[in-house]
Amino acid sequence: MDLIIGFVVFVVLMVVGRVFGGLAEKRHFEQIKRRENDLRNILVFNESRPSADLSAREAQLVVGAVVIGEDYFKRFAAALKSIFGGRLTAYESLVDRGRREAILRMKEQAHAVGAKMIFNVRMETSTLSDDSNPKALFSAEFIAYGTALIGAPAT
Amino acid sequence: MLLTNLESVPGRTIVRHLGLVNGSTVRAKHAGKDFLAGLKNLVGGELKAYTELLNESREEAIQRMVAQTQAAGGNAVVNIRFSTANIAGGAAEVMAYGTAVFVE
Repeated sequence: MDLIIGFVVFVVLMVVGRVFGGLAEKRHFEQIKRRENDLRNILVFNESRPSADLSAREAQLVVGAVVIGEDYFKRFAAALKSIFGGRLTAYESLVDRGRREAILRMKEQAHAVGAKMIFNVRMETSTLSDDSNPKALFSAEFIAYGTALIGAPAT
Repeated sequence: MLLTNLESVPGRTIVRHLGLVNGSTVRAKHAGKDFLAGLKNLVGGELKAYTELLNESREEAIQRMVAQTQAAGGNAVVNIRFSTANIAGGAAEVMAYGTAVFVE
């Protein structure tokens, strides 16, 4: 009996993850693409020294961050794939989604203060899941930050 | 207070270097919010409760760094870096650090 209940719970978690998680991810990617297109005019650089002709601008720190978690389907798919190694597409889409969202939020902050350029962009990823609990689902924080130069003309 | 992660403040000159400043805060993510985050986790995707928690933590870390800078007599922090670490017991540390300077 316990085995059957366990199996039903497993199937439900898989289906919820695959169907609803998958749908949510698809929608999120569509939304990311739209916003990336809208914010295309904000230029992002990871060099730390803006050229001299830009140096007379106001500078402001901008930060974008997001926490993304996995679902049970991703976890299962990744665990299965890990046996053979190779690409874990379930996680690739997760980190891609997180990082692009973080960059977008940073750009949106820059846009809100009227900046057209962000310099010295740094990105960071850190896991947040509780290591002491092997059952806990994995989640990670993605941060992107940089210095927005306000008033710099888009070239 | 000017905050930047560049090595200098555009349009200003650094006249005094006041050393490293940092601010950090440790927050538990397993308080009240955790139940909802747990439910959300079934579907995966953004865990908004955690995003907010870490954003608040980052604000706090920046505030503490700024307070240190003011105490040192600075008016800007350059070369700011952030870091988030997962500490035992389901808590997250958010840290901000940089170099306090006086600019003109």
